[in-house]
Amino acid sequence: MRWCGPSGRRADPALLENLVLQALSGLASASSLFLVASGLTVIFGVSRIVNFAHGSLYMLGAYLAWTLVTNLPRGHLGFWGGVLGAALLVGLIGLVVEVLLLRRIYRAPELFQLLATFGVVLIVQDLALLAWGPQDLLGPRAPGLRGSIEILGLRFPLYELFLIGVGPVVLGLLLLLFHRTRWGTLVRAATQDREMVGALGVNQRMLFTSVFFLGSVLAGLGGALQLPRESVNLHMDLSIIAEAFVVVVVGGLGSLSGAALAALLIGELHAFGILVFPKITLVLVFLVMAVVLVVRPHGLLGRPAAAAHGAGAAEPPIGPAPRPLKLAGGAALALALLLPPFAGNYALTVLTDIAIFVLFAASLHLIMGPGGMASFGHAAYFGLGAYGAALAAQWLGASMLGGLVLAPFVAGLFGLLFGWFCVRLSGVYSAMLTLAFAQIAWSVAFQWVELTGGDNGILGVWPDAWAAGKLTYYYLALALCLGSTLLLRRIIHAPFGYALRAQRDSVLRAEAIGIDAFRIRWLGFTLAAAAAGIAGGLFAYGKGSVFPTTMAISRSVDALLMVLLGGVQTLSGPIIGALAFTGLQEQLVRITDLWRLVLGSVIVVLVLFFPQGLAGAARTAWERRHGDT
Amino acid sequence: MMDSGVRRRRLLATAGMTVVAPLVARAQGEPIRIGEINSYTAQPAFLQPYRNAWILAQEQVNAAGGIHGRPLETLFRDDAGRPEDAVRLAGELVNAEKVALLSGGFLSNVGLAIGDFANQNKRLFVASEPLTDALVWARGNRYTFRLRASTYMQSAMLVEEAAKLPVKRWATVAPNYEYGQSAVRWFKELLTRAKPDVQFVAEQFPALGRIDAGATVQALAAANPEAIFNVTFGADLTNFVRQGSTRGLFERRRIVSLLTGEPEYLEPLQDEAPEGWIVTGYPWDQINTPEHSAFRDAYRRRWNDHPRLGSVVGYDTVMAIATMLKKIPAPETEAMVAAMRGLPFGSVFGPAEFRAIDHQSTMGAFVGRTALKNGKGTMVDWRYADGRNYLPPDEVVRTLRPQG
Repeated sequence: MRWCGPSGRRADPALLENLVLQALSGLASASSLFLVASGLTVIFGVSRIVNFAHGSLYMLGAYLAWTLVTNLPRGHLGFWGGVLGAALLVGLIGLVVEVLLLRRIYRAPELFQLLATFGVVLIVQDLALLAWGPQDLLGPRAPGLRGSIEILGLRFPLYELFLIGVGPVVLGLLLLLFHRTRWGTLVRAATQDREMVGALGVNQRMLFTSVFFLGSVLAGLGGALQLPRESVNLHMDLSIIAEAFVVVVVGGLGSLSGAALAALLIGELHAFGILVFPKITLVLVFLVMAVVLVVRPHGLLGRPAAAAHGAGAAEPPIGPAPRPLKLAGGAALALALLLPPFAGNYALTVLTDIAIFVLFAASLHLIMGPGGMASFGHAAYFGLGAYGAALAAQWLGASMLGGLVLAPFVAGLFGLLFGWFCVRLSGVYSAMLTLAFAQIAWSVAFQWVELTGGDNGILGVWPDAWAAGKLTYYYLALALCLGSTLLLRRIIHAPFGYALRAQRDSVLRAEAIGIDAFRIRWLGFTLAAAAAGIAGGLFAYGKGSVFPTTMAISRSVDALLMVLLGGVQTLSGPIIGALAFTGLQEQLVRITDLWRLVLGSVIVVLVLFFPQGLAGAARTAWERRHGDT
Repeated sequence: MMDSGVRRRRLLATAGMTVVAPLVARAQGEPIRIGEINSYTAQPAFLQPYRNAWILAQEQVNAAGGIHGRPLETLFRDDAGRPEDAVRLAGELVNAEKVALLSGGFLSNVGLAIGDFANQNKRLFVASEPLTDALVWARGNRYTFRLRASTYMQSAMLVEEAAKLPVKRWATVAPNYEYGQSAVRWFKELLTRAKPDVQFVAEQFPALGRIDAGATVQALAAANPEAIFNVTFGADLTNFVRQGSTRGLFERRRIVSLLTGEPEYLEPLQDEAPEGWIVTGYPWDQINTPEHSAFRDAYRRRWNDHPRLGSVVGYDTVMAIATMLKKIPAPETEAMVAAMRGLPFGSVFGPAEFRAIDHQSTMGAFVGRTALKNGKGTMVDWRYADGRNYLPPDEVVRTLRPQG
């Protein structure tokens, strides 16, 4: 170490050496990230499944490797054998999930499989806790790679160097596999055009199952290889999954080289980014994704997907509600109006929450169902509504009503802004861009402590005196939420709704008859955002406080689950889904510690038996009965 | 030794929400119910030992006759780490289950949310764990009390040691959320006050639970500090230590580290636990005061495991609540609040009290150095830092906390 001058400042900061080492550190992270993302992108390319459980497979890889390596004899064979064994075991677990669960629902509406894999995530979380206990586990270091070597006079861990090598080797092997084997050729063909491959007589089932096995092995390997550098813990699944998705999408869905490039980009940007902006860690990957998707709508190396042949098949048209449904709805409304005066305060709180979530789910349904766009970041508008109301109360001294009126405008304004970018994209790219914007909004709420109070939130957002009673507040929430939900329903039946559905079923034909598909989608997105904002504003005053968690990923996922559980293709779907999901979770959390296991299992069972969602299944049953007569 | 499966089943069986001590002979009146909300599924490593000790303390109170003949009963709820869920559950406990008071909280924002709920609904909330200073200062209220030594107090304990070190160039690394940011802010402020010539040459704020340890360590090393203040914990700490020791970050540098001496965070490091770090923590195996020995033995008998810091927090929370309840005829909120203000109670660490001025307890923490013994991390040269010595003067506290 060289020092100079009385001030103690270093004369030679060894700047270049440090930068080289920083770049190497970035490479090691990129390599780890690529391993996980490669499996995800392979699976998505062929099966189009948004596999939420990929992070769980990664975590299981790490845990199984820990168990194997600590139980096998020490040395090279024990360690590397344990790592490979864990990867293969995870592959088998993936195989079981595919055969027992996913294979049965490939024909379900798009994204429905997401619901199933989320059920698996919940189940694995509790099973891992039961099997390995709550404490973080530390695996042994890799034999032969324990120490470090000197690079430019600075120390660098051998194992990181090894990891830097693993990424390209795995990439090379995968490329060989996909380009030099018949199986690989079929997989690539299926990635480009699934239906055509099927039409040519290829056994799709085997192909899907084997691809899922390969993807799971890669996830398991990614987890197992973290053993010498990271502790094994119960948060590994969710901490990796978002980043893995980002890598896959930034690279271009289904593109291995793209995933490698994206992992490299994110790894290096992160390594150098923290030198300049230490606090950028929360949001960096999502900033990268937002920029890449805005500039390149199909990721770095992705190609526009060939129009799926199924696109010609329009979704079933939506007619007026049949009589029994009207009666059931009327009865439910009567119950919602008449029973609460006899309910206790807590029941009123839960009912208020349910009313809010019904609107939240219905607003997401507007873009997912009639709009035909997915959103992974709908919580942003819920949260922006909540923050709009709370910030108005805190900084402007606005009354509750003022805040509630402001909420949809704030959310709608941001919907207008973010939506302009999001609705130009299609499918999962569009959904991931909504996620990117949601995460950017979340990190602003999280880090702008002076304005939003950071993660400690805004407290004291309680209703005005006249609405402080739980019953009054319930009726207020019910009136606003039910009114907005019915308005959304009305909009779907209005000309605007027809236009929305027309562009979903065929952009080309819709534009041919003079519908501006982009503008319709954009307005639909904004409308949904504003409706979510109403729900968010009510939520803020219902809870008395607002935290960044109101716009966190988990809140967006909740909304997705509600819509999918209820059924995307029916108008009552989001209502039924919100009732079922909120009610189930509220009850389970109170009854058992293992609520994640139970909830996950219930979701999996529902997915298997009602692949069109609860309301969808009810409609099918009704139609079948009435079709017979 | 029970195998872990049996232990876990027993834990789950007893923890299955309502826990009444069934074998209580002497406490027979109508139970006094405590509503306890915590992030059980989100933070199991800290909270399972916490709940174990809570159940132990409750059994002890009830076996000794309860509160004026009435047994304590606790309803545990899982907020899954979401403050809005915690608020809903607080409503459930207060309105549907008619609990006398609320307790719990691990995450700071959950603690603040319940505290605000308590204030709005005029219910007592005895926060056990959340460390944020806002809970008793900026957002403090009449109905909220907190047991554990806060971020400020623990930072102040470490500043006292850091100021003695012959170093000037400091770097900091902390998780990117309120706890990490506050700890760094207090550390900088207090250390600069104690030693005006210190310099802070680098800071890193990795995302909580997602540290990119290699890059973070390299970035700190590039600034070449003489000493590092670390606030990371849990999985982040493990990864930071692994990368740091392989890359030689800790060599010839002094490390001052919050919470690292707690068994929750030191034990997972096994034989890679760093040596010579100045830390706050809990040397559970070496404290042989009568109070602590009795607690440790009872905990071992009941759960066949050694206590963690979470266990101390859970145990002391129940004992403090019981002490308060014994002072008043009936668990009525205003009487409970009055009794909590200035309440002296016997902590496992020694006598402590809930200060009337800001509702913060004076329970302290242990400050010492980390060392390796028999392949395990432990604390040496430790001393008990009594919380009352690490709080700002009263006139400063009054400016920090809303008055009236």
